[in-house]
Amino acid sequence: MRYLTDRKRATGMGSAKSGTAHFWAMKVSAFALLILIPLFVFTFGPMLGKPHAEVLEYFSHPFPAIVAALTFAVTMKHFKDGVQVLIEDYVHGVAEKISIVVMICVCYAIAATGLFAIARIAL
Amino acid sequence: MADVNRGNRPLSPHLTIYRPQLTSMTSILTRITGNALLVTTFLITWWFIAAATSPEAFATADGFLTSWFGDLVMTLSLWGLWYHTLAGVRHLIWDNGIGLEIHTAEKLGWAVIGGSVVLTILTIIII
Repeated sequence: MRYLTDRKRATGMGSAKSGTAHFWAMKVSAFALLILIPLFVFTFGPMLGKPHAEVLEYFSHPFPAIVAALTFAVTMKHFKDGVQVLIEDYVHGVAEKISIVVMICVCYAIAATGLFAIARIAL
Repeated sequence: MADVNRGNRPLSPHLTIYRPQLTSMTSILTRITGNALLVTTFLITWWFIAAATSPEAFATADGFLTSWFGDLVMTLSLWGLWYHTLAGVRHLIWDNGIGLEIHTAEKLGWAVIGGSVVLTILTIIII
């Protein structure tokens, strides 16, 4: 047993002071998605189930391609920050850190895959 | 003194003792829809990368997404997306310290539920 006072044990174990930045990041991406999501729903939606050639032609136009690319990038940014809070609430210890790292990697992988696909179609 | 009663403190009452309320249910549903939308993201990413790859790959992805099961998943996703969007708007309003009174919060809750259903139906009609 170590002889520590309550004060000594608590020092340095407090908040990481990054909560405000996280909150603000969620607000900014939420606001961006408020604009992007309706645009994406009404550009991607009608293309679902269309012939391959028509889909390629449609997403080679700047507007639908840029909307889709932005949606991929911003959604995954927003999801990365959101899922981190979910994990922090329900998972603890080493599993918490591993889950957060894995989910952040998954988000970046999805964003990269989506952006690559749109670049390939559009260019 | 320093090590008295560590880890054996009384806990505040948790979810289990509370009656389900509209505010708590709409809140947890925001979290569920937001995180469940990862599945939708996987499917849409698959659709895009398949379209970029080959007509055969696209036929597989598009065929799945427009099958009865795909339709079911995409319709639920659409509702989840609108729900999460409207619930997000509610949070952006709340962040300004507005609408936090219980009766207003409950009205906003019903608006989110009703609005998400209406938007889902409208979207399906338009698309």
